[in-house]
Amino acid sequence: MYSKKRVVAMLLAGGQGSRLYALTKNVAKPAVPYGGKYRLIDFPLSNCTNSGIDTVGVLTQYQPLVLNEYIGNGQPWDLDKMNGGVHVLPPYETQAGASWYEGTANAIYQNMGFIERYDPEYVVVLGGDHIYKMDYSKMVDFHVANNADCTISVIDVPKAEASRFGIMICDDKKQIVDFVEKPKEPKSTLASMGIYVFSWAKLKEYLIENENEANAKREKGEPWSKDFGKDIITSMLKDGQRLFAYEFEGYWKDVGTLDSLWEANMDLLSPNVPLDLYDPNWKIYSRNNNYPPQYVGDNACIENSMISEGSTIDGTVDFSILFSGVTIEPGATVNYSIVMPGTVIKSGAVVEYAIIGSDSVIENRAHVGSSPENIDNRERWGIAVVGHNVTVSAEKVVEPKQIIGENI
Amino acid sequence: MSVNYNVLGLVFASMHDSYVSELTKSRTMGSIPFGGRYRLIDFPLSNFVNSGVSEVGVITKSNYGSLLDHLGSGRDWDLARKKGGLHLLPPYSQTGGIYKGRLDALNNIWGFVEHSNAKYVIMSNCDVVTTLNFNPALKQHMDNEADITLIYSKGYYDGEKSNCATVLEFDENNCLKDALVAPQIKGECSLWLEMCIITKEFLKKVVADAASRNQHSFTREILQSGNKDFKIMGFRHDGFFTRIDSIQDYYNASRLLLDPAKKNALFMKNMPVFTKIGDNGPVKYGLESNIKDSLIADGCIIEGTVINSILFRGVRIGKDTVVKDCVLFQGTKVGTSCSISSVITDKNVEISNAKVLTGSETYPLYIGKGGKI
Repeated sequence: MYSKKRVVAMLLAGGQGSRLYALTKNVAKPAVPYGGKYRLIDFPLSNCTNSGIDTVGVLTQYQPLVLNEYIGNGQPWDLDKMNGGVHVLPPYETQAGASWYEGTANAIYQNMGFIERYDPEYVVVLGGDHIYKMDYSKMVDFHVANNADCTISVIDVPKAEASRFGIMICDDKKQIVDFVEKPKEPKSTLASMGIYVFSWAKLKEYLIENENEANAKREKGEPWSKDFGKDIITSMLKDGQRLFAYEFEGYWKDVGTLDSLWEANMDLLSPNVPLDLYDPNWKIYSRNNNYPPQYVGDNACIENSMISEGSTIDGTVDFSILFSGVTIEPGATVNYSIVMPGTVIKSGAVVEYAIIGSDSVIENRAHVGSSPENIDNRERWGIAVVGHNVTVSAEKVVEPKQIIGENI
Repeated sequence: MSVNYNVLGLVFASMHDSYVSELTKSRTMGSIPFGGRYRLIDFPLSNFVNSGVSEVGVITKSNYGSLLDHLGSGRDWDLARKKGGLHLLPPYSQTGGIYKGRLDALNNIWGFVEHSNAKYVIMSNCDVVTTLNFNPALKQHMDNEADITLIYSKGYYDGEKSNCATVLEFDENNCLKDALVAPQIKGECSLWLEMCIITKEFLKKVVADAASRNQHSFTREILQSGNKDFKIMGFRHDGFFTRIDSIQDYYNASRLLLDPAKKNALFMKNMPVFTKIGDNGPVKYGLESNIKDSLIADGCIIEGTVINSILFRGVRIGKDTVVKDCVLFQGTKVGTSCSISSVITDKNVEISNAKVLTGSETYPLYIGKGGKI
């Protein structure tokens, strides 16, 4: 017995996140650690709970073990519900055969049965790789007020960056008249945030149409795709459906690349960035490890940093984000870096402008990364990255821009 | 750890409340905050859970609002169970009013104990903080076919400084010879950790006997008067322990955790201490922060200097403020340019800018819940 839900959220969490290289070798992108004690998926899941959306389907495909275990029954996000709650939805086999998710639209198409059980009016489609706090219920209200078929959340980006995003061109009532993916010469600065509200009846129609058309093209050997931005939105626009842009104001960051992941973490240390993790009315929930409070020792020197439970800090930490259960030994130095859960930085080691994955070890006097001031050729400078479960042996050097996925 | 349905855990949440009257004014012994993010009851509950005991009764007395709020359904200890789980046992006495002693309390909740399928009962107070696995003690209890096994530790005892510690004496066969409450002696002793294993059938008999004689005290009637008739044995626990029976003790016990060896002996990797989850952000250290020898819980924002202190969740320390040798409970806010040393602040205390507060190492200054300075 399933009672009706006005809104159901579908969270696309199957992407590989290949531009995060070593950090997504064994984990799906939404499970990548962020902000000292979170994983990326904590943001959309917490936003759902705080927005009053209690039914969430999480579509997984790539390396789902860590992600599935992390989501569990959804209790940390209050999504362990008798009716609704969070459900992990991997690809499955049917009488017609088995099929992987063949694009974002196809992933939702394959799970129409899940959505139909709740007979929703509206479906919210979310990604798992953005950092932001947003009240989706206001976006649904906006959608309803405009009698829209689809509402796309947009953010005003600097003109110079607009060509990196999907850009919406709107009329003065915020109705979308055109949509261009990564335009060379952007006609607007309203970038899609990858957050959609659909009227379910309309979305269902277009999902079925896209599925049939794409399969027909495939049979004829023509190029095909089953993608939200490329196919569903484009078709809806072509057919003259009512698409609206919901303008979001606040902090929003895509963390699809190593640089942007590093920047999004560093943003937490800036007093000018409006992302408050300490607001009791809009908490970001996460699964807790039951670690004791962090211990700061006699040799520690900590400035402008964020450090989480279970860590032991006895070295120098400046402008850095340290996750739970991290150990910084006396005489170790961590500057402008991100150190993920359970990692040990041994005495005499230096970590600068780097991302160190979880459960790794940086041995004595090893040196990871470098400050841009110490590099003559700026082209050669970039964030150094050490993956998960990797040991960097004593006195080894990891150069800027280098990505280490195996022990060295 | 697999589940051991053979054992029922009982926690006395209010035993010895009156010795720490400042901190128990609005709470029970079990809900006294400890160690930056815990309440004292987290330690016995986690010991049970880590020993595979998944059926636990919590015996309350008065002032148990904060305890109920902390425990909820028991989910954070993995005790929200269909089979067993956490049971809160209110304090009524069959003779009217609140129960008088441990035996009276047991008599009143006997229906709950009887209903359990367990053959052994493990009882624990909240005023001794330690991390221990009950299984070796349980094995010894079963091998010896003892009636009671008292868990104790060797430690230094000073009668002048202790309010309610029980000193045990055992004979060469490890059988109890005597149990003395707060004796006026000094030196290395066997100190009861206020935990014991009791065979349920035996407990049923002594509880019924005591009720018929209107006797209430477990220590007096069983450990002192009964030690000749019953098979009462000892089990020595060698891990870290600390006992809280005054506010000075509380202060000292808290600061023991600033010794990494002691902290690691209480918080062991394979024996996690569970507590109610607060979902606070990580600790944020400001541009001019300076921290030494401190234990700091999540949700704190620190812009000043913190030395040799314990900060609970969500504490705020302003710029140019120096906090030294302090224990600051959840939600304490200290403004800018303050200097506070040897101070214990209860929950949600606010200290405005440029205040100087100084307690002493032997007599810390205590500021009550919600106090504004």
